[in-house]
Amino acid sequence: LAHGGGGRAMRDLIEEVFTAVFKPDSGEDQARLMTSALQVPGARLAFTTDSYVVTPVEFPGGDIGKIAVCGTVNDLAVGGAVPLWLSASFIIEEGCEIALLRRLVASMAREAEAAGVRIVTGDTKVVEKGSCDTVFITTSGVGVIPPGCDLHAENIRPGDVAIVNGVLGDHGATILAARGDLALSAPLESDCRALGHLMQAVAGACPSLRAARDATRGGLASALNEMAEAAGVSVELDEAALPLRPEVKGMCEILGLDPLYLANEGALVLFVPEEEAEAALAAMRSDTAGQGAAVVGRAVDKGAVPVTMRSAFGGTRIVDMLVGEQLPRIC
Amino acid sequence: MRGQVQGVGFRPFVWQLARRLGLSGEVSNDAEGVLVLAAGPGLDAFERALREEAPPLARVDGVESVAAEVAGAGFRIVASGGPGAETRVTPDAASCADCVAEVFRGGRRAGYAFTNCTHCGPRYSILRGLPYDRAQTTMAGFAMCAACGAEYDDPADRRFHAQPIACPACGPRVWFEREGREVPGDAVALAAEVLARGGIVAVKGLGGFHLACDATDPMAVALLRERKRRPAKPFALMAPFGVVQAHTRVSAAEATLLADPAAPIVLLQKAGLALPEGLAPGQDALGWMLPYTPLHHLLCAAVDRPLVMTSGNLSGAPQAIGNGEAREMLAAFADGFVMHDRDIARRLDDSVERITPEGPMVLRRARGRVPGTLPLPEGFGGAPQVVAHGGQMKAAICLVKNGQALLGHHLGELDEALTWEAFLQADRDYAALFDHRPEVVAVDLHPEYRATQHGRARADREGLRLEEVQHHHAHLASCLAENGWPLDGGKVAGIILDGTGLGSDGTLWGGEVLLGDYRGFERRAWLTPAPLIGGDMAAREPWRNALVRLDQAGLSDWADEMFADKPLAMARMAAQRGVNAPLSSSAGRLFDAVAACLGICAEGQSYEGEAAMRLEALAAAAPEAGHPGHDFGIGDAGAGLRIDPSPMIRQLCEELGAGCAPGTIARRFHAGLARALAAPARALVETGEAKAVALTGGCFQNALLLDEALRALDGVPVLFHRKTPANDGGLALGQALVALARMESD
Ligand SMILES: [Fe+3]
Ligand SMILES: [Mg+2]
Ligand SMILES: [Zn+2]
Ligand SMILES: [Zn+2]
Repeated sequence: LAHGGGGRAMRDLIEEVFTAVFKPDSGEDQARLMTSALQVPGARLAFTTDSYVVTPVEFPGGDIGKIAVCGTVNDLAVGGAVPLWLSASFIIEEGCEIALLRRLVASMAREAEAAGVRIVTGDTKVVEKGSCDTVFITTSGVGVIPPGCDLHAENIRPGDVAIVNGVLGDHGATILAARGDLALSAPLESDCRALGHLMQAVAGACPSLRAARDATRGGLASALNEMAEAAGVSVELDEAALPLRPEVKGMCEILGLDPLYLANEGALVLFVPEEEAEAALAAMRSDTAGQGAAVVGRAVDKGAVPVTMRSAFGGTRIVDMLVGEQLPRIC
Repeated sequence: MRGQVQGVGFRPFVWQLARRLGLSGEVSNDAEGVLVLAAGPGLDAFERALREEAPPLARVDGVESVAAEVAGAGFRIVASGGPGAETRVTPDAASCADCVAEVFRGGRRAGYAFTNCTHCGPRYSILRGLPYDRAQTTMAGFAMCAACGAEYDDPADRRFHAQPIACPACGPRVWFEREGREVPGDAVALAAEVLARGGIVAVKGLGGFHLACDATDPMAVALLRERKRRPAKPFALMAPFGVVQAHTRVSAAEATLLADPAAPIVLLQKAGLALPEGLAPGQDALGWMLPYTPLHHLLCAAVDRPLVMTSGNLSGAPQAIGNGEAREMLAAFADGFVMHDRDIARRLDDSVERITPEGPMVLRRARGRVPGTLPLPEGFGGAPQVVAHGGQMKAAICLVKNGQALLGHHLGELDEALTWEAFLQADRDYAALFDHRPEVVAVDLHPEYRATQHGRARADREGLRLEEVQHHHAHLASCLAENGWPLDGGKVAGIILDGTGLGSDGTLWGGEVLLGDYRGFERRAWLTPAPLIGGDMAAREPWRNALVRLDQAGLSDWADEMFADKPLAMARMAAQRGVNAPLSSSAGRLFDAVAACLGICAEGQSYEGEAAMRLEALAAAAPEAGHPGHDFGIGDAGAGLRIDPSPMIRQLCEELGAGCAPGTIARRFHAGLARALAAPARALVETGEAKAVALTGGCFQNALLLDEALRALDGVPVLFHRKTPANDGGLALGQALVALARMESD
């Protein structure tokens, strides 16, 4: 707890663990940012923030640090912004191993570099044992939306196609498996990754790109419900077209979970007019984060519910927003 | 006269009767029913005949008579009396014998598919609005010819005021089409030819399209299964009575039910000439109906063999009713279409019923039964208007108005997008048709039932009173209501066995003994809960339920062996850690567990209830009179009794190990379960806490279980379902009555 006291121990911790790696430009209390991108007429600043809480903090394919960078980068990216700077704020539980912190910080630095963003400011607090779970991270991000780019769910028109960048549910399934509650030996990895480059590639290839969302908590189902409601359209999914890893599918079957609701940390869904679908797919597949890109459905005239899914066995099922824990309803 | 007395030829019947007896006076419809003014000799005989000779579709609930002045001579039919008159609609009725004879005789309606009269024909399925007259039906576009008009106007004719009256000169026509184009020639003959070759024909019926094929042709049946992607769910069959008899054992009661104007599908034991197993794999009964429209009669006569008549839909979706919709939806299934140009105003599935040793029982309530009403029991007089939205899986809406409860038609599972649209449409339709303005909205407790969300939203929007009714309480009340149990009739012990419903304590119930009435209840006994591994997935894969019950019974090694190919470690871990594995006292899942132990549908069910239905069939075929059945443990759980299936599971495994026939074991399970749940219910009656026992919940559609329960309750007054479904199809009725009882107590 001495590390949280604001004295020497605290300064040592920050310097050794954080600033040594993130290397901020100024030693002052604020980052001072310059960019030519901001001076382009019509360019807009994008600004977002998110807090990250995950148990366990390290899991196959990632850790809370990686998620904290990718998540905020992705929140910027799906709005069409080129992500530039991040802040990072840590709430650390007393007793958290320094070695773990170092690993998390290294992971963040690696991810930020790959995504082309810099972590320019931050904060650290240490709290009593039990006041938080190991470590919580909050990141804020700033990016620039180039002139003319205006992605909005409201832009979606009936006839537009819905495209995802790759397999769904890997993150949610991995976290479930990593909690050790279940005798799972599936070789799963979180899909946690930054989508900035991928979004820029698609925006470049598709002049009429309508809107994009990252399908994080609540999964693809929630992202699509929000988009459909905002757009005043309905979305029809095609179950057979959903990219799912067999391991994830199998695990969902056993546990009775619906992969449409599993969390992702590197999945997005976007809408383009049908004639730009091929270009979007090609652009996505040119990026490592878009290898599994697939058309999964389309927007149609607004119907009785926002999202439905045509099942592989015929019939069309309603895909709702998640209400609470799903209690059985079969009587 | 009150009851089903409008639109069924009641006024001409009264007119003819009065003329026969030489009475003077008049007859008219009014808001309450039929009003008769009569003077002359023999009024007693007249009143008796009014009841005894009433037309076939009439149902007289009550006759009130008072002294009155009757002016003038002669007897007249007068136009309906003022606004609000003629608000009743009768259900659709099967072709009457006279009309069928007419179709097969020479004459102007020879071979005419839309022949009907006052005693038969379409009603609700062609109705667009009230009052029920031609302009408000889908016959509006067909102007009556002079010959039909003369029949329509003649009180002595059986077509007097028959709204859908038609003939080939003026009425709808039938044609056969293929790939969207009409094929010239006789539609029935063309369809028969395709059927005879093993093809599949979509046939436009009364409440929707059917898919038909030759039921004696295993290849045709297999083809239909493949195209419909419906691997095992039984197909309904249609044939004239003589053909039905050749393939089944038909009792007198079953014959009567088949011939009822409602023409339901009746479950009949297979016997005599065998039919392909693929019609209903693993079932000992087949669902049969008699042809109920002239088109069916013509088609059955032309094909001269039993036909599969399954609803024309994608698996799980509602059946098509429009011609365009059918072309689009059924093109991949059908080799041809029998089309006609009389629109179907509302979708109605075929009703499904069975005869139990205790009489007829409705399993699915739709065409021919809806919109029939139930009078509210004593004590509910002056009840306000209520709408109840029912459950999730077998959705049906219930309206209360004018002292009657109208339990709407079977809609289906509300997560299915088209069924949900049909639900919304039905909700609007019932409200508009019956000018229904509810003060109260009743819904299930389950927040994730779509119907609950819909009802809550409506109550919110319109500022209506909302009543949430616990699932099994609603089942209990629906059983009470259909048996006419008075509001103050006292408490009953309800044995309520079903899949799952959300309990008042937040856990999932489904194997309960409730002590209560319309107003409230206490939970007095329940099956020991077991986890539902994978939530609703447990209802699809019976092995999951077997696993948890075997583990509870200390027979994990049996489970390891029986289900060696299943991910048991992960499933057990999910159960232990409660990862999507909520606890439930479900009786339905116990049926699944036993079925899986006996090798029935252990892997999965291809339709809801398959495992339990097969288990029942297996048990019913086992000769085992008088065996007391398996034992269940009884434990005191503080607030009530816990009925533990573990001893039963251990006996079952012992018997399996000893080579006992699965049918015998299945039979003992039925008897044991019935006995275990009957005991606490009987005790409640014997101590005077309960006046009777009510048997309800979907499991009581199982005739063997019902029979065993009645045996175990010998000497105790017992209520059960006959006219409304024991499953969630009857839930809305119970919700409505509970809501009313609570308002009454306020
Ligand atoms: Fe139920
Ligand atoms: Mg955010
Ligand atoms: Zn007739
Ligand atoms: Zn005519």
